[in-house]
Amino acid sequence: MQRGELPTWVDVGLIPLINLTIAFIVAGLVVLIIGENPFQAIWILLSTPLSSLSGWFNIIYYATNFIFTGLCVAVAFHAGLFNIGGEGQAYIGGLGAATPGLLIGGVLASALPFWVSQPITLLLCLIASFAIGALWGWFPGYLQAKRGSHIVITTIMLNYITSSVMVYMINMVFRPVGKMAVESRAIDDAYIMNAREIGRVIGLKLPASPLNPGLFVALAAAWGVWYLLWRTKLGYEIRAVGANMDASIYAGINPSRIIMITMAISGGLAGLMAFHEVLGAQHRLVLEYVQGAGFVGIAVALMGRSHPLGIVLAALLFGLLYQGGTELSFANQNINRDMVVVIQGLVILFMGALEQTFRPYLAAVFAKVE
Amino acid sequence: MDFSILPEILSSTIRMSVPLILACLAGLWSERSGVVDIGLEGKMLAGAFVAASAAATFHSPWIGLALAIAVSIAFSLIHGYAAINQRGNQVVSGVAINMLAAGLAVVIGHSWFKQGGRTPQLDDASRFLAIDFPGKDALVNMEGLGPYMRILFDHSILTYAALALVPLSAWTLAKTRFGLRLRAVGENPQAVDTAGISVAKLRYQAVIIAGVLCGIAGAYLSTALQTSFVRDMSGGRGFLALTALIFANWRAWPALWACLLFGFLQAVANFMQGAHFMGIDIPVQVFNSLPYVMTIVLLAGFIGKSVPPKADGVPYTKDR
Repeated sequence: MQRGELPTWVDVGLIPLINLTIAFIVAGLVVLIIGENPFQAIWILLSTPLSSLSGWFNIIYYATNFIFTGLCVAVAFHAGLFNIGGEGQAYIGGLGAATPGLLIGGVLASALPFWVSQPITLLLCLIASFAIGALWGWFPGYLQAKRGSHIVITTIMLNYITSSVMVYMINMVFRPVGKMAVESRAIDDAYIMNAREIGRVIGLKLPASPLNPGLFVALAAAWGVWYLLWRTKLGYEIRAVGANMDASIYAGINPSRIIMITMAISGGLAGLMAFHEVLGAQHRLVLEYVQGAGFVGIAVALMGRSHPLGIVLAALLFGLLYQGGTELSFANQNINRDMVVVIQGLVILFMGALEQTFRPYLAAVFAKVE
Repeated sequence: MDFSILPEILSSTIRMSVPLILACLAGLWSERSGVVDIGLEGKMLAGAFVAASAAATFHSPWIGLALAIAVSIAFSLIHGYAAINQRGNQVVSGVAINMLAAGLAVVIGHSWFKQGGRTPQLDDASRFLAIDFPGKDALVNMEGLGPYMRILFDHSILTYAALALVPLSAWTLAKTRFGLRLRAVGENPQAVDTAGISVAKLRYQAVIIAGVLCGIAGAYLSTALQTSFVRDMSGGRGFLALTALIFANWRAWPALWACLLFGFLQAVANFMQGAHFMGIDIPVQVFNSLPYVMTIVLLAGFIGKSVPPKADGVPYTKDR
C-alpha cells in the first residue's frame, strides 16, 4: 500500500460513514439552535416510521421514487456527466405515463377482457414514460456532444422549461372541459393497485399507503443498471468515457455517441418515476408531482456511491427520512417538515462536495498504524 | 395588446430586474474568478429570510440588509471552502447550498415566528421604500408623463444601488489591477500563481463579493419588493440570473441588458395571463420559459457563441 492510499473498506465504508455522521451532527445542531432536543428529534425521526407497518409501506413507497431518480443521476455520473435535470425528466415523463391510459386504454378495455387490457396498457405506459424521459435526457446530451453546451446548464434550463410546458399541457390539453382542478381525468384504464387494494383482493388487511408494485419496476431497473454498467460492452464504454475520455477515444470509443446514449438512459430512468408516481399513487396527471425527488436523486446517488445496490439502500434511508420528517413534524410542532430538506442538503454537502475532507487525516492515521 | 398598461409593465420590469441584476453580477464575479456558482438561488433565499426576520425584529431594513449580507457571505465561504480548498465538485456544492438555504429558512422561520415558515408582515418603517426625491411628487403626478416618470423615479435605494453596481463591476473588472488579476485567475490560474499571486486568496475575494451581492438581492426581495419572507420566494431567480450571465457571455454591461430583458418577460407574464399578438394567443408559459429557451439556443451556438472563462469550475492544484 502506497502512502496516501487507504484500504478499500475505508474508502467505501468508513469515509462515507464519517461524512454521514457529520451531516447528522450538523443537522442536530440546527435542531439545538431552534431550541429542541436533537437526540429526541433524531429518535422520533428514525424510530417512529419503523414501528408501524404503514410506516414501512410509506418508506418503501418514497424509496421507490428515489431509486429511479438516484439511478438517473448515477448512470450519468458513470460517464462523468452531472445530470441535474432528473426533476424535469421525471416531470415530463408524466406525459408518457398518462397518455396511453387516457388515449387508447379505453379502446383496449372495451375490446379485451380487463385482465388483458390493463397489462397491455400499463406496458405501453411504461415504455412511453421511459421514452419521453429519455428524449428529455438525450437532448442536453446531444447539445453537449455535438454543440458543446454544458450539460449542467442545459439540464437546469430544461427543468424550468419543463415546468412551463407541463402547466400548459395539463391545463390546456389534459384537463377535462368544464373541470376547475388543474389535472387530467382519472386514468382508470392504466391503474396500478396499491398494496392495500391488492391485499383486499387476496383477503389481507393492509394499512393505507401509496406503496404499489411499481417497486418491482424500480428494483428491476436497479438490476438492469448494474447489468448494463458492469456486464455489457456499452456499460464498459460508458465507464471508460467517464474515467478518461482521451483514453476512451484511443480505445476506439466514440464519446459523443456514449454521452447521448447515457443521457437518454439517465432521462429514461427518471421518466420511469412518473410511471410509478402518476399511475401508482396519483392515478391522474397532476401538477408538480415530482416534488423535489429529482434532487433527492443527487443525494441518493452520492450516498449510494453510484452503485445500484448502494442506491437502493440510500433510497430506503431517504424514504425513512421523508416519512420520519412527517412524523416528526406531527410529534413536535416546533420542527417543520422541511428539516428533511436540511438533512438532504447536508448529505449532499458532506458526501459530495466535501467528500475528501477527512481523507488526508485518515491516511495519516493509517500510515502510523502500518 | 393594450398599451395603457405599458408604463406599469416597464416599472415592474425594473422591479423584477433588480434581484436578477444583483445575482447576475454575483455570478459574474464568482465565475470570472473560476468558481462556478449554482448556489446563487440559495444565497439569495437565505438573504431574503434573514433580512425579513431581522427587519421584523429590529424594525430596521438596514440591520436586515447587513445581516442578510453576513449570512450570504457565510454560505459563500462554505462554497469557497469546498471549491477552493477541498477541490470538491462545485456544482454539487451549489446544489447543497440551495437545499440547505431552502430548508433552513423554513425550519428556522417556522420555529421563530410560528407562521409555517413565513415571517411577520413588515411595516413601512422596516422596509426599503421608494425614495422621496425633492420634487418627485410633481414629476410622478405630471399630466400624461407621470406614469412614465414612475418607471425611473419610484424605486428604493436598493434599485439604484443595483444599477450603480453594473458600471462599478464592469470598471473594476476591466480597469483595475484587482479586476485584471481576478479575470486572469479565471482564465489561467497557473500563470497567476507563477507571478507570485495567491490563486486561493483571489478566488475567496470573488466568492465573498458574490455573497455580498446575493445578500443584497435577497434583502431586496423580502424588504423592498415584498413585505415578508415566504418559502421559496426566490422562485428560480438565482437560476434565471445564471441564465442571464451565460446569455450575456460573462460580461457586466450585456448582463444588465439580459436581466432587463428577462425582467421584462417576467413582468409581462405577471401582468397578463398570456397575450394576443397578430391574432395568435400566446400562453403565459411562453414568457416564463422564453429566457431559458433563448439561452439554450445561444449555448448551442445557433446565434452567436457563449464562451465561459477557461478555468470556470476547474479547481486549482499547484503541483501538476
